[in-house]
Amino acid sequence: MNWAWFHKFGSPPHIYRIAGTLTPWFGWPAGALIVAAAYAGLVLAPPDYQQGDGFRIIYVHAPSAWLSVMIYGVMATAAAIGLIWRMKVAHAAAASCAGIGAWFTGVSLITGMLWGKPMWGTYWVWDPRLTAQLVLLFLYLGYMGLRSGIDDLGRADRASAVLAIVGVVNIPIIRYSVEWWNSIHQAPSVMKMDRPSMPMDMLAPLLMMLLGFTLYFAAVMLVRLRAEILRRERSASWVKEALQ
Amino acid sequence: MTPPRLVRTGVLAAALKVLERDLRLAIRRPGQLLQPLVFFAVVTLLFPLGYTPELDKLRAIAPGVLWVGALLASMLALESLFREDAADGSLEQFLICGQPLVGLVAAKTLAHWLLTGLPLTLMAPLLGIALGVPVGAMPGILSSLALGSVTLSLIGAVGAGLTLGVRRGGVLLSLLTLPLAVPVLIFGARATELAIAGESLTGPLYLLASLGVLGATLAPLAAAAAVRIGLE
Amino acid sequence: MSEFFAMGGYAAFLWPAYAITLLAVVVNVIAARRAHAAAREEARRRLETDVDPEREVERER
Repeated sequence: MNWAWFHKFGSPPHIYRIAGTLTPWFGWPAGALIVAAAYAGLVLAPPDYQQGDGFRIIYVHAPSAWLSVMIYGVMATAAAIGLIWRMKVAHAAAASCAGIGAWFTGVSLITGMLWGKPMWGTYWVWDPRLTAQLVLLFLYLGYMGLRSGIDDLGRADRASAVLAIVGVVNIPIIRYSVEWWNSIHQAPSVMKMDRPSMPMDMLAPLLMMLLGFTLYFAAVMLVRLRAEILRRERSASWVKEALQ
Repeated sequence: MTPPRLVRTGVLAAALKVLERDLRLAIRRPGQLLQPLVFFAVVTLLFPLGYTPELDKLRAIAPGVLWVGALLASMLALESLFREDAADGSLEQFLICGQPLVGLVAAKTLAHWLLTGLPLTLMAPLLGIALGVPVGAMPGILSSLALGSVTLSLIGAVGAGLTLGVRRGGVLLSLLTLPLAVPVLIFGARATELAIAGESLTGPLYLLASLGVLGATLAPLAAAAAVRIGLE
Repeated sequence: MSEFFAMGGYAAFLWPAYAITLLAVVVNVIAARRAHAAAREEARRRLETDVDPEREVERER
C-alpha cells in the first residue's frame, strides 16, 4: 500500500500551508453558527416548563463540556501519532490543543456552577459530571505543567505524549468510578445536563452551538498549529519562503 | 587459562537482580524507609486535632483520611524511584544492557511497593484504631490497601518516569499522579467504609483488583517509555 | 426588552455564564494569533542569525 500520502501529511511545510488556507473556512462559519445559535437559544427557544429561562445556560455549558472532552481525545490521538510515527507535526498538533481544552474545561465548570446555583441552591455540587470535569481540568493542567517543565522541546513532546495517552486511557475509568461513587453516596441531585428528550425548537440551537464550537476549535487550533510548527522547524529553506 | 563463560541472563533473572539491589540499597538507609510511615502517622494525627476528638465522628471520616494519607505518603517515596539511579548512571545501564527495560522498571516498581506501599498497608490498622475503627474492620482495610497500594505504585512509576530531570519535579509528580489515582481512592475508600460497617466488601475489592491488573499490564510499559524518553 | 434581559429571574446566572464563554472564545483567538506572530518573529530572527554552514566554509577558503 502506498503510504506516501500519509507521510506527505506529516510534512511541516505542507501542513503549514494547508492550515493557513483552511482557517478562514472553519472560522467564519463557526462565528456565524455560534451567533445564530445564541440568538435561537436566547430568543427563539421557548422557556422550559421546569427551569424557565434558566435552562438557556445549556447553550454555553454543553458546548464547553463537549469541547473539553473532545479536545483531550484529539490531543491524545495526535500525541499517539507523533509518538508512533515520529511526526513532529502531530506533536505540534497535540501542543496546540492543550490550552484551548483547559480553557473550555474551566468554562464548563463555571457555567455548570452558575447553572447549579439557582437550581439546587449551592454553587458547587459533587455530582458526577462536575466532579469528572474537575479531574479533567487537572489532567490538562498536569499535561501543560509537564510540557513547561521540560526544556528540550522534542523531549517535552514525547514525554507529554506518553502522559496524554495514559490520561486518555484513564478518563473512562475515572468517569465510571466517579459515577459509581456518586450513586453509592446518594449525593443531593444528579444534574440532568443533557436532555435528549428536548423538543426540536430547544434542541436545534444546541446542535448548532455544538457544531459551531467544534468548527471554532478547528480554526483556533490550526492557527496555533502554525505557530507550533514554526517553533519546531530549524531547517531554514521552506520557512524562509513561507515567511515572505 | 579458559576464557570466561558467557552466561545468557533471562529477563526474569535480571529483574530479580534489580529487585534485590533496590531492596539492599534501601535497607542500608532505614531512615528513608521510615519517612513515609511517619508522614502517614502525622497526617492521620492532624485530623483529630483539626476536626474533633470524638471517635464516632472520626470513624465516619476514617476511610477518606486513611486512604488520602496513604496516597500522599506513597507519593513522597516516588520521587526517588528513578532519581538516584538516573543521577549515578545506573538507569542508563538498564537502558543499554540489552534486557527489556519494561522488566527492569517493573522490578523497581515492585521494590517501591515492598518498601513503601506494603509497610503503609501494615501500619494502617494501627492508625485506624486511632480513628475509632473497629477491630473487625482490619482485614478489610488490610486487603483493600494492599491491593490499592500496588496500583498506586504502578501509576506513580509512570509519573516518576515522566518527571525525570524536571526541576522541582516533586510537585509536578503529585499533580500528574493524583488525578490518575482517583479511581483507586474511590474504590478503596468505599471498601474501607464497608469494612467499618461490617458489610461485605467484595464488590470494591474486585474493582480494586481489576485496576491492579490493568495497571500491572500497562503501567510498566508506559513507565519504561517515559524513562527512555527522559534519558535521551 | 428589559423582560428579555431579566431572563425570568435567572439573569444573574445566565448572563455571566454567556459572558465567561464569550471571554474564553475571544481570548483563545487572540492568544492563538499572538502565538503565531511571535513564532514568525522568532523564526525570522533565527534565519538572520543562523549561519549557513556551506557558506561559512566558502568564506574561510
